[in-house]
Amino acid sequence: MSTIKIKDRAAIVGMGETEFGKGLAGSEFELACRAITAALADAGIRADEVDGLSCSNMEATHEEDLADALGFDDVTFFSRIPAGGGGGCGTVGQAAMAIATGQAEVVVVWRSRKRSGRTSRVWGKTAQQVTDYEMWLRPYGMIRPVDDIAPQTRRYMHDFGATRTDLGRIAVTFRAYANQNPRAMMHAKELTLEQYLSARWISDPLCLFDCCLESDGAVAFVLVSAERAKDCPTRPAYVHAFAQGITAGSSLMANYNLEDPYRLQSYAAAGRLWRDSDFAPRDIKVAQIYDAFTPEVLWSLEGFGFCGRGEAAEFVRNGEIGPGGRLPVNTAGGSLSEAYIHGFNLISEAVRQIRGTSSAQIDNVDSAFVCSSEGVPTSAIILR
Amino acid sequence: MEDTPPVIPVTDDPDTAGFWAAARSKKLVVQRCGVCGKMRFPPRPVCTCGSFSMRWHEVSGRGRVWSYAIAHAPTLPAFAAMVPYPFAVIELEDAPHLRMVGNLAMAADAPINSIPPDDIFIGQEVSVAFRQVTDEVMLPVWIPSARAEAAQ
Repeated sequence: MSTIKIKDRAAIVGMGETEFGKGLAGSEFELACRAITAALADAGIRADEVDGLSCSNMEATHEEDLADALGFDDVTFFSRIPAGGGGGCGTVGQAAMAIATGQAEVVVVWRSRKRSGRTSRVWGKTAQQVTDYEMWLRPYGMIRPVDDIAPQTRRYMHDFGATRTDLGRIAVTFRAYANQNPRAMMHAKELTLEQYLSARWISDPLCLFDCCLESDGAVAFVLVSAERAKDCPTRPAYVHAFAQGITAGSSLMANYNLEDPYRLQSYAAAGRLWRDSDFAPRDIKVAQIYDAFTPEVLWSLEGFGFCGRGEAAEFVRNGEIGPGGRLPVNTAGGSLSEAYIHGFNLISEAVRQIRGTSSAQIDNVDSAFVCSSEGVPTSAIILR
Repeated sequence: MEDTPPVIPVTDDPDTAGFWAAARSKKLVVQRCGVCGKMRFPPRPVCTCGSFSMRWHEVSGRGRVWSYAIAHAPTLPAFAAMVPYPFAVIELEDAPHLRMVGNLAMAADAPINSIPPDDIFIGQEVSVAFRQVTDEVMLPVWIPSARAEAAQ
């Protein structure tokens, strides 16, 4: 059987973002509509040309409502991608698949979220009687995502000699990038290693600055075929490779049942991603790595082969993820310091790096790596 | 926070009810395949060997702290009065590749913040005990072995 490859067959030609902040006035529905409208305008494509949609499995705005509100014509492809923060790159990848296979011609992907209010915290809605995987965690007070990964972080530090200072360097590096990015929520706030080390605990060994922001905002992209992309006004960001990943024994955040405790989901995604890519990890000049929590950056660096196992802390210590390093990471500030739009703003920054419009533009970018959340069913893309 | 009901598991799910039934008898169980003998946790309806003959198998109840964390505010109302409190991932002596999340405590009925964080370490030996939470639910709780022996 001949297979259809997606390599470079589809491209992100439109990108739209609302402002990022706390307490934005519009509903999630309105924010989604604003981001999608902006993305279509960026692409020079009319709303009634949209025939495909892809979003996160946690997206609260509905496909049919958006189609009605925005004036789409018949929509013939839609998909929702697990799992929470792991799904962002999956929406782009499945949009590219739909285009490459002819299931759709103009696909919109989006994420709209109002997470800045206390009442909008997902963990705050934990049921009093829990089912499924939560029954093995929540009755013991492992409640929040940060609780899910804190023991894994401590064990990693114990096994490989990573320190809180290493985690702090990640937070400080991303903050410095945010200080260059006028759209970042933390644009005007500097962060020092001393401030990091004296911050309050959230789930020891993780402190306040190990945790992403709680943000309101929406992000959307428009994808079309490579042929059609030539007619669009923007520099296309071609979807060069895409993969999703689940490893045996892995779970949602609390990955304590893997036989090899460090073989997280990115290992599964990495194999297929690099197999299908003309670029190897050493060729990638800039990366956007999902950073709801600082240790995820270490694990993704290792899982996707940018470092050997247990070597990511040293990679960070040597300044490799910062300006002038081997792999600048989260050059707009990331989830820790730009905004937490479930990793979709990381995809925006990859598109800007390809377009040459980042506030921390890397020279001679010929590819950009993005991955979604480590520790859950995940996904990754390479744009070029 | 006695007015705040505890977070509890459902105990009537076919795949997992056996674990909670055993806990009510103060037994710690994992699944063991009736065909290939592989032990697994959390419970699944089928073994990776293809067999649906999963049985409940009592383990020794001894283990080691694989890792732990200390939860600070904010958290759910049910736990707010306890912060900061530790929770741990325990690897089982009988099956070190199986790990369970649980609380550490001085004794079965001691509060979940009864052990000072500085007294907890990776590799610490612990033994299971059970804490009555509701009529239906007994939760495993892990007692540092040195303490359990001293109490005998």
